[in-house]
Amino acid sequence: MKPAPFNYIVPTSIDEALALLEEHAPDARLLAGGQSLVPMMNFRLSRPSHLIDLNCIPDLAFIQDNKDHISIGAMTRERTIEESSLVRSSIPLLYEATRHIAHLPIRSRGTIGGSISNADPAAEYPAALLTLDGEMVVRSKQGKRQIKASDFFKGIMETAIEPNELLVEIIVPKVPPGTGFAFVEISRRHGDYALAGIAAQMTLSGKTVTNVRLAACGVGPCPIRLNDAEKQIIDDGLTEKSIQSAAKAAALEVDPETDLHATADYRRRLTAVLTQQALLKAKERAQENN
Amino acid sequence: MDEQSISLTVNGTEQNGEAEPRMSLADFLRERLGLTGTHIGCEHGVCGVCTVICDGMAVRSCLMFAVQADKKEIRTIEGLADGDTMHPLQTLFSEQRALQCGFCTPGMLMTAVDLVDNNPSITPPEIKAGMSAVLCRCTGYEGILKAVEAYAKQIKGV
Ligand SMILES: Cc1cc2nc3c(=O)[nH]c(=O)nc-3n(C[C@H](O)[C@H](O)[C@H](O)COP(=O)(O)OP(=O)(O)OC[C@H]3O[C@@H](n4cnc5c(N)ncnc54)[C@H](O)[C@@H]3O)c2cc1C
Ligand code: FES
Ligand code: FES
Repeated sequence: MKPAPFNYIVPTSIDEALALLEEHAPDARLLAGGQSLVPMMNFRLSRPSHLIDLNCIPDLAFIQDNKDHISIGAMTRERTIEESSLVRSSIPLLYEATRHIAHLPIRSRGTIGGSISNADPAAEYPAALLTLDGEMVVRSKQGKRQIKASDFFKGIMETAIEPNELLVEIIVPKVPPGTGFAFVEISRRHGDYALAGIAAQMTLSGKTVTNVRLAACGVGPCPIRLNDAEKQIIDDGLTEKSIQSAAKAAALEVDPETDLHATADYRRRLTAVLTQQALLKAKERAQENN
Repeated sequence: MDEQSISLTVNGTEQNGEAEPRMSLADFLRERLGLTGTHIGCEHGVCGVCTVICDGMAVRSCLMFAVQADKKEIRTIEGLADGDTMHPLQTLFSEQRALQCGFCTPGMLMTAVDLVDNNPSITPPEIKAGMSAVLCRCTGYEGILKAVEAYAKQIKGV
C-alpha cells in the first residue's frame, strides 16, 4: 500500500459532495478518475485527510445536446467523449484532442473535469477549451459561478476553482458551418504528455476567414491563446506567407521552459512547426465543409 | 483506517473481501485473492502491467482503489483461458513469440482484449498506438503486434 491513510467518503449527490467539501476543505481532495491524483498519492506528494469520491454521483456524468452548445458533466470519462458521435459532429476539436490523451486504459477512467481541474501545463483539454471558447460551471454551497476558459487557467496546475468549489459542467459552443479544426502535438512516445501541442479552429466563408482561434499547450505554465498568430491570419487572409508569419508569431508569444524532455528553444521551434501544420489541416477541413 | 467490506465479481465468481480504503485493486487481487497474474510495476499508471478489465473496459488496477471495485465486474489474466484451453490471443502470443520474460504479458493481453473485442474493425496503426499503452522491455513489440493483428482478423472472421 503506497498512499498515506485517508478517510474515504462516497457521496451520491452533488449537494452531499458540496457539504462534505465545505466541512473538510482544504485538507480534503476530490477523487475523479484518479489518473493524476492517485499517482500523486502513491508518491505521497498528496496526502489528503479525506478523499471524496465523485464516482457515484450520476448527475455529474452526461453529454447533453443543447440548441447552440454541448454540455458535458465533469465526471464524463475521456473514453466516453472519444466515443460520442455528438462530440464528433458538433465539437470535433474536442474529439481530436481526446485521442492525444494518454492511452485507452487511462481514458477509461480519466474524466474531463479531472483533467481541467488538474490543469497540467501540457494537458490537451485546457488548450482545446480555450480554442473552443468553453465555459466551466463550478458550484459551492454558496452558489454557482460560470467561468470562461480564458479566465479559468491561472498557472501551473492552478485554476479559478476555490477549495470549497466543485466543477460540475463544461459548456462548449457548437461550431458554425464552414469550420475546420486541428489538434496536433509532438510527444516523445505515443500517449506521453506533449512537448508542445497546438489547437486550431477556423471558419471560412468562401475564401474569407471569418474566425480563427489558436492555443498552445506544453509551452507555458498554462494553455496560451496565440493572439498575434491569429492576427496575422485575420489581417492577411490565408496565404502561404501569412501562415508562415503566424507560425513565427506563435513561437514568440509562447513561454516555454527547459526540462528533462526538451529545451525551451526546441519547444519554440516545435510551436512554429505545429502552428503551421495545424493551420493547414484546419484550412483543408474548413474548405471541405464549405 | 478501518477495513471496509466489498463484494465484486472476479472472472465470473462472486468474491467478498475486506480492504483498507488506500489498498489498490492490484494489491487486493494479488494479496487478498491470490490472483498474482496481475503484475505490479510502476504504480503510477505508466507501465501498464497491472491492466485488468473493469465492467468491460481496460483500466490500470494500480490507480483504482479496491473499495471502488465494489459491485463491479473484474476480469483478470486468470479469467482468459477456458479451463485448459487457452484464449485465442494467448495461443497467438505463443505462436508469434510475443513474450520473453512474460512480465508485461498479463497487461498486454488485457489491453489487447479491450482494444479488439470492443472495436473489431481496428486497423494495424490503431493496434500499434493502442499497444503502446503497455511497456515491454524484452520483445521489441513485433511479435506482440503480429499476434494482436491476427486476433483482430479472427474476430472479424476474415
Ligand atoms: C500514464 C499517464 C499518461 C497521461 N497522459 C496524459 C496526456 O497525455 N494528456 C493529458 O491531458 N492527461 C494525461 N494524463 C492524465 C489524465 O488525462 C487524467 O485523467 C487527468 O489529468 C485527470 O483526470 P482524472 O479524472 O483522472 O482526475 P483525478 O486524478 O481524480 O483528479 C485530478 C485533480 O483534479 C481534482 N478534481 C477532479 N475532479 C474535480 C471536480 N469535478 N471539481 C474540482 N476538482 C476536481 C482532484 O481533486 C485532483 O486534484 C495521463 C495520466 C497517466 C497516468
Ligand atoms: S503498475 Fe499500474 S501502470 Fe504500472
Ligand atoms: S516480455 Fe519481458 S517485458 Fe515484455
